[in-house]
Amino acid sequence: MVRLHALDRKLFRDIRRLWSQVVAIALVLGCGVAILLTAFGMIRALEATLDDYYGRQHFAEAFAAARRAPAALIDEIRMIDGVRGAEARVTGWVVLDLPDRAAPASGRILSLPDTGALLNAPLLVAGRLPDPDSDAEVAVNARFAAANGFRPGDRFAAIADGTRLDLVITGTLRSPEFIYTLPPGGLMPDDAGFGVIWMPRRAASAIFGLTGAVNDITLTLRRDARTAEVLDRLDDLLRPWGGTGAYLRDQHPSHAFIDAELSQLRNMSLVLPPIFFGIAAFLVNMLLGRIVALERSEIGLLKAVGYRNAEIALHYLLLAALVACIGIGLGWVAGTWLARGMAQIYARFFDFPWLIRPGGLDVYATSGLVGLAAAAIGAARAALTAARLDPAVAMAPPAPPRFAHGPFDRLLGALRLSQPAMMVLRGLLRWPLRAAMTALGLAFGVAILVASTFMTDALDEVIETAFFRANRQHATLALAAEAPLSALLDARDLPGVVAAEAQFDLPVTLRSGPRSKRLAITAWPRGGDLVRALDTEGRRVALPETGLLLSRQLALQLGVGPGDPLRVEVANDRDKDFTEPVAAVTTQYLGLGAYMDLDRLAARLREAPRLTALHLALDKSELPRFHAAIKHLPSVASQVMLTEVRDSFSETISENIRVNTMLFLVISVLITAGVAYNGARIQLSERARELASLRILGFTRTEAASILLGETAVLVLLAQPIGWGIGAWVSWAMVSGFDSDLYRIPLVLTPANFATASLVTLAATGSAALLVRRRFDRSDLIAVLKTRE
Amino acid sequence: MSPAAAPVFRTERLTKIYGAGAAEVRALDGVDLDLPEAELVVLLGPSGSGKSTLLNILGGLDHASAGQAWFRGAELTAMTDRQLTCYRRDHLGFVFQFYNLVASLTARENVELVTDIARDPMPAEEALALVGLTDRLDHFPAQLSGGEQQRVAIARAIAKRPEVLLCDEPTGALDSRTGVAVLQALEQVNDRFGTTILVITHNIDIRRMAHRVIRFRDGRVVAVARNDRRVSAAEVAW
Repeated sequence: MVRLHALDRKLFRDIRRLWSQVVAIALVLGCGVAILLTAFGMIRALEATLDDYYGRQHFAEAFAAARRAPAALIDEIRMIDGVRGAEARVTGWVVLDLPDRAAPASGRILSLPDTGALLNAPLLVAGRLPDPDSDAEVAVNARFAAANGFRPGDRFAAIADGTRLDLVITGTLRSPEFIYTLPPGGLMPDDAGFGVIWMPRRAASAIFGLTGAVNDITLTLRRDARTAEVLDRLDDLLRPWGGTGAYLRDQHPSHAFIDAELSQLRNMSLVLPPIFFGIAAFLVNMLLGRIVALERSEIGLLKAVGYRNAEIALHYLLLAALVACIGIGLGWVAGTWLARGMAQIYARFFDFPWLIRPGGLDVYATSGLVGLAAAAIGAARAALTAARLDPAVAMAPPAPPRFAHGPFDRLLGALRLSQPAMMVLRGLLRWPLRAAMTALGLAFGVAILVASTFMTDALDEVIETAFFRANRQHATLALAAEAPLSALLDARDLPGVVAAEAQFDLPVTLRSGPRSKRLAITAWPRGGDLVRALDTEGRRVALPETGLLLSRQLALQLGVGPGDPLRVEVANDRDKDFTEPVAAVTTQYLGLGAYMDLDRLAARLREAPRLTALHLALDKSELPRFHAAIKHLPSVASQVMLTEVRDSFSETISENIRVNTMLFLVISVLITAGVAYNGARIQLSERARELASLRILGFTRTEAASILLGETAVLVLLAQPIGWGIGAWVSWAMVSGFDSDLYRIPLVLTPANFATASLVTLAATGSAALLVRRRFDRSDLIAVLKTRE
Repeated sequence: MSPAAAPVFRTERLTKIYGAGAAEVRALDGVDLDLPEAELVVLLGPSGSGKSTLLNILGGLDHASAGQAWFRGAELTAMTDRQLTCYRRDHLGFVFQFYNLVASLTARENVELVTDIARDPMPAEEALALVGLTDRLDHFPAQLSGGEQQRVAIARAIAKRPEVLLCDEPTGALDSRTGVAVLQALEQVNDRFGTTILVITHNIDIRRMAHRVIRFRDGRVVAVARNDRRVSAAEVAW
């Protein structure tokens, strides 16, 4: 049997004796390990899964669409310098009539090459691929099938250009193009309401009138490809055929969402763990500093009997390492649980062919090593002090801490404070660094709460702005092709339609000097009220007669402000390029936006006004009739029920917020209580004799305890404004971190945020202080006074 | 005991000065001493007379300001901290007035602290048996009386079979009866193993059991007297 050395046994008994402080520190350290493990593990898992999936299925690196390009153009595209492979497809939007669904669903048809797809190859989940010669056979994405209970052999109908197609499902597929699948105009995946439909090229071409032609190009690039030049060349080739602008993988809707998730994880792994590790290191430093001070004579004895300095330093480092190991163990358990939870959330939103397995052994090892390093850094000073302690000095009691009259002291004197208040304040001033670090630790507890509660308000603001102020329509219909304004009148005749407004989307490149951005200008008629642009206060910004409204993010990216001219390059007809000034900047949280008056845009294009989408206000009692009617409307490519989008978005977001808020609440309470408890415990240990003397002099328990806890109280109050400041800064950093073309989050900080954060941390500190107070109440005065310091 | 025994310790003009300028204190002021092997030596003198300073320097716990000290042939005053650590580890045992037991270790484990790192230790149980604590092996310091704690400290000091035992007021915190039990333990170690023992004490009566008595005043040795009529520890009383 291995016999533990006496010194090691001391180690384990010390841990047991100090268990409450050890647990407090271990919990804080564990939080850091858990978050690092989760974020780092998920990043690794997501990256590995994407690499693998994209590689195996040859996910394309560049994408382009055209209205109608000759099929032979693909040979020319393949010749572009830098292109490794290219594939042309036919794609289009259809309205779906599903057997058990009253509301129409929408779908995207994608052609499958007869010889099998080389790029974006779908993965067969069940059944088989459709027969290349069949007109009716299709494969659908597996999630759409699962959500609607479809199996191979089941049938459903699609309405394309007014023609009803009866389709039979031969198989279900999964594709790297549709890991995150948003329905047109949607903000959340809607598996039941939106399907991807793969059909043989011949059949698809026939449906969209594209026989001998294609309208969708995907490319893979050579490693040394100059991407900008490839895209320009591709645009040149497609422009005569109604090209709408080529883009890279980073703008691909599915990939961009996963990428945004990855960068959010990266932010999380960079910002949060250092806070926890820093606080844990500080707590270890405080605890070990006190232990070494208390064990001076034991250290002296160990040295006297011949223990080496290094052995003694190691003894204290091991104590810290044991604390760290407990924290790491807790962190691993919590992190594994968190990562599993996240993998489940990902499984709900992302369609991967296999389960995301967060982290490998190396991720656990890394998080553990970082945890150990934090504890070691925290313990270093105390261990060095112990090592440097002169054995003869160590055997003598320490000199009383040196209190001297400084400028602060004269100030305190002038304030004529009571002796207990003086003791509290002098204690703080005697160890200013420790006081500052304790206040900072408590401030982080406040800051984390400010930053997490801020998210709730910020997302409320996003939902309010996007769905109640900017988009007030009940439904939006996307048209299969550009239509004349008369389509608006037809729409107003649909059953249940109370109001209808037109929208025209024009794919363009906006250019200002060297900066440019590809997107679509959205044009509305002036005076419309269903969809609106907003200013910072959430008020409607009227469309100007001339000029563009740009969302703030877009204006920033282009480096322009009101009055600056913008070059508008029309994607499919460069002869129609024009220059238009920026009229105003608007506030928008989802996506980027450039808005213009419909008539003004038509005039600049020298065309009659047209429309590509319709926004409708509906009479809800007529909904079934409305749904039935649009299923048979020839010109409708897809429809979005805004009410449903609102609900699913709010529901998903509020669930995420609830989980997040709980998590951060726990984390903040752990930090605050950990710091406050350790601080007060060390106070108790340092002042035990002083306080016992006061009790013997006639102070009541409460009076003596108020000196003990006075320091904690002063520090926690001091921590509040600091915490608010750090919290506001962290919130700002998070807002900046979230910023992407897809969405951004407003910085909404209200007095309620700060108040909530303060109340929670004050309560946590109060509870920690009460625990220490109880220990003080139970302490034996005589025993304390008899103990040799 | 032969008067010609070789000295274990020798010092020449050993000086220790604390502080500087007006605050300068000469704790040791040019001490010359020869301490022979296997003797029990008592150091007497008022507080601040330099006894503890001498013990600390001979024990390798402190450095001299001037002069030299040797342990057998080795010059202690020329040793590095690392060499002093090895010296303490291999040759010395310490007993202090305030026992300095590790509160979180039992009597046996406190002794094992030393036997864990010693070259040729006796079993902890044997050391504790020597001081009469066979039935208190697994008690924590808080469960032992002062005399028992001091005897654990002695067991801890002798467990590694040291050549020299340095004791700073070993009975200072004890009553007469328990103090005698501690002295008997020291006497037994001296008789049985021939361990040289230096004892600092304020208790004049203890000098009666010593081979040699050295008196200190103001950092100097004022008298060295051999005691030819030693009594046993049991006869000492205060």
